[in-house]
Amino acid sequence: MRLHTLPELLLLTLTFAKIGALTFGGGYAMLPLLTREVVEKRAWLTADEFADCVGIAQVTPGIIAVNMATFVGYKRRGTPGGIAATLGVMLPSVIIITVLASLLRGYSDVPAVGHAFAGIRAVVVALIAKTVFSMRKSALSDVAAFIIFAAVLAASLLLDLPPAVIALAAVAFGILRGALRKRAK
Amino acid sequence: MILLRLALEFFAIGLLSIGGGLATVPFLEDLSARTGWFTAAELSDMIAVSESTPGPIGVNMAAFVGFKTAGIPGVVCAAIGLAVPSVAVILIVAKALEKFRGNRYISGALGALRPASLALIASVGVSLFISAAFPARSFDWRSGLIIVLALPPMLKTKLHPFIYIALAAAAGIALKM
Repeated sequence: MRLHTLPELLLLTLTFAKIGALTFGGGYAMLPLLTREVVEKRAWLTADEFADCVGIAQVTPGIIAVNMATFVGYKRRGTPGGIAATLGVMLPSVIIITVLASLLRGYSDVPAVGHAFAGIRAVVVALIAKTVFSMRKSALSDVAAFIIFAAVLAASLLLDLPPAVIALAAVAFGILRGALRKRAK
Repeated sequence: MILLRLALEFFAIGLLSIGGGLATVPFLEDLSARTGWFTAAELSDMIAVSESTPGPIGVNMAAFVGFKTAGIPGVVCAAIGLAVPSVAVILIVAKALEKFRGNRYISGALGALRPASLALIASVGVSLFISAAFPARSFDWRSGLIIVLALPPMLKTKLHPFIYIALAAAAGIALKM
């Protein structure tokens, strides 16, 4: 059966299950997969909407991956879509962890697993660099955006603050800018 | 009842942890100390397993704790508890965005959030680069090689990201990283 003939809620669940199953190394490693499926392949979100989705997922409570799944699902099919996508992104984790926890003890002590994950950790760096490169057009649209980017990057590397606090400071700055622009008119 | 408590504990974690999956770790340390459901040593095992299995780390951790505590029903309760705050908050935010699209304050906020969010992603990349390329303070050429070899085809072709993950895992095993 071709995937696109299935009802859309099921398609959301399956697409996010696939993303969840193929993500190694945390929510940020999920970004290149998400861009590929959601923006490039299915065109569920535009590049700009995707940039908003990632930003909102970072400053709202909860696991980033779950937040992004809910956002994309909602955009497609409202509240049921949000729930369907969230179920999808969690399902592979839940199944794999349950099986591992019940069958294999000391799975992470197997030397080959450690070697494989050292390799994966290196390639995740490249995947994240690629994500930054591919999102630059949506995120860095003008000089002010570039200054915010540089300031937040410096702050998050140099200061010991939670990332969401730094991002919310940038948001406050953006709201202030919006307010000033209104007054100028 | 332990299942209800699991759901509530993970609901609180989902509501209070903002950021990546490892943001849940301090909350889990606290949970371990308060409930004795799992030990600190089991927690570090859980982190290792969660990081080395597919899926978001926070979800993996919830599933792991749920299973240790109450078997498969525990997994379901912990996972649902964790997801509910995310789903509720995002649905509210996404609805509000639709309603106020074009509002100056909202577009000002989003205009600043996009570059800020990209900068946070870049800074995660920098930290991961440092921990992958300089694991015991000395340069690990194997990690450096993987990054240098992977980047050009990533930027120039549209291969599935999982292909790079699989090749890097194989390289890690072959090079005994």
